[in-house]
Amino acid sequence: MIKIENLSKSFGTVEAVKDVSFVVNDGEILGFLGPNGAGKTTTIRTITSYLAPTKGNVYINDLNVNDNPDEIRKQIGYLAEHNPLYDEMVVYDFLEFVANIRQIPAVDFKARLKDVTELCGLKKVIYRPIKELSKGFRQRVGLAQAIIHDPKILILDEPTTGLDPNQIVEIRGLIKALGKEKTVIISSHILQEIQATADRTIIINNGEIVADGTVEELMSSFKGHTMLELELKNANKEDIHNLTSINEDIKIDSVLENKNNIISKLEYPNNIDPREEIFNYALGKNWKILEMTRHKVSLEDIFRTLTVEGGENND
Amino acid sequence: MTNIGTIYKKEILSFFNSPVAYITIIVFLLINSWFFTSTFFLINQSDLRQLFSLAPLTFLFFVPAITMSLVAKEKNDGTLEFLTTMPISDTEIIVGKFLSAVSLLSTALLFTLIHFLTLMIVGTNIDIGSLISGYLGLIILGAAYTSIGIFASTITENQITSFIISFLIIFIFFILNKILILVPDFLTSIIQYISIDYHLSNISKGVIDTRNIIYFGSIITFFLMLSTRILEMRKWR
Ligand SMILES: Nc1ncnc2c1ncn2[C@@H]1O[C@H](COP(=O)(O)OP(=O)(O)OP(=O)(O)O)[C@@H](O)[C@H]1O
Ligand SMILES: [Mg+2]
Repeated sequence: MIKIENLSKSFGTVEAVKDVSFVVNDGEILGFLGPNGAGKTTTIRTITSYLAPTKGNVYINDLNVNDNPDEIRKQIGYLAEHNPLYDEMVVYDFLEFVANIRQIPAVDFKARLKDVTELCGLKKVIYRPIKELSKGFRQRVGLAQAIIHDPKILILDEPTTGLDPNQIVEIRGLIKALGKEKTVIISSHILQEIQATADRTIIINNGEIVADGTVEELMSSFKGHTMLELELKNANKEDIHNLTSINEDIKIDSVLENKNNIISKLEYPNNIDPREEIFNYALGKNWKILEMTRHKVSLEDIFRTLTVEGGENND
Repeated sequence: MTNIGTIYKKEILSFFNSPVAYITIIVFLLINSWFFTSTFFLINQSDLRQLFSLAPLTFLFFVPAITMSLVAKEKNDGTLEFLTTMPISDTEIIVGKFLSAVSLLSTALLFTLIHFLTLMIVGTNIDIGSLISGYLGLIILGAAYTSIGIFASTITENQITSFIISFLIIFIFFILNKILILVPDFLTSIIQYISIDYHLSNISKGVIDTRNIIYFGSIITFFLMLSTRILEMRKWR
């Protein structure tokens, strides 16, 4: 079990993670979701003891990570963000190097190597220098490196960034397969990724956890809401926000400018239906409504709603 | 301990996988040969001290060149995160890298034995004892320089910066003995003790006493410990 307790981490004046607490249960695949600069990598780095917490603690099976880094690292397989690898090394040498540091006995190495090369589909490239590999194969080497010691815990920081759609599907399948017997934390800023792989999702924004639950739980907490998409002509961005004056329960989720038109997404509880008022309001302002579509809340909408502030002013 | 060996092996492999090792050995050999033979024919005499006074100067350039990438490149490439999150201590990383660089330097140095073999073949009388202690002294000196180079490599992501910093620090140690006349009397013995040259001149004369060993040992320990601390500091940024 991984337990994160009131974790805070600051870099100078930047508070990257603020008082975050959560638990990852054994055998669970946890999706760690958040926009750029949300604090995913920072949190993960305190789990792998690359960084020490400014405040709070991280425990793995009741062992404090900061006090027992070596013991903890033995139990973890880690694929860091951007998948750093020794480019000039041949895949085989690299995996042997990792196995040596992991103190896998030479007699077991052959068997482990065989397992991971099969699992990660590395057979074809095993004697190639890493720098010659395509991004997808690099990623597989990164995964192979992370699982060669058959760790109980697997931590993957944005494992599919930069892959083409086919590769993404493959790597996701691989992660799901690995997750059957391991505790996995997988971070991403892509919702579909988490939806496709994780049992439970934690959404982090501006260093704070804004949602924690299964996809169903997240959906149901938003079930009482309706999303309304508007496309308007002659409107301006600032004016859109005045729509909340119709009913204070209306929330503006996003306003985009597309050529001369404004596309905006609103959200309101199911017990009200402000469409008529919106129509009249638009008429009064001389806006031309090109489109008004109502739809059910999707996970995408939830993510956007939860992370709409602040996510974009970082990085 | 096995971890140090693993790091060592990896670094040696990468030295010889890239041109670094070959260039180092060849250029080192060429420079030394050129000086050696030119003075040799000029004065028409053979003297071990030619090499032993020249090598520290060539080390001044070669050690920073060998060590500049060792940590800085890993920082820059992000592989340091990979390495430091493995079950391996920061000390083991630093010591493994240190030993690999000392080995490369020693290998380059041992190639210069060719000169002495040549001299012996043409019949010159060479004192084997002082030859051995001279080489030993150079290796210890190289190790001290290397620890400085490793330190410089841990404080930056930029290899060129690393080169310049280690060059400057080594240079200061190098010239200390030469500026002795400029310092007040009560300081001379201290400066002399800190100066690398002073201890080296003992060793290359064939005298290895414990004071010299303690001196070089302290430099190496100091800079390697400092490097380890700096690696650890990433955690608290
Ligand atoms: N070493 C550092 N020094 C200073 N600030 C940092 C450092 N690392 C991260 N930050 C800041 O901390 C915040 C969180 O960054 P973090 O990398 O954890 O976000 P993330 O969720 O992983 O984002 P991304 O999706 O872009 O990878 C950001 O504002 C970032 O600029
Ligand atoms: Mg990140």
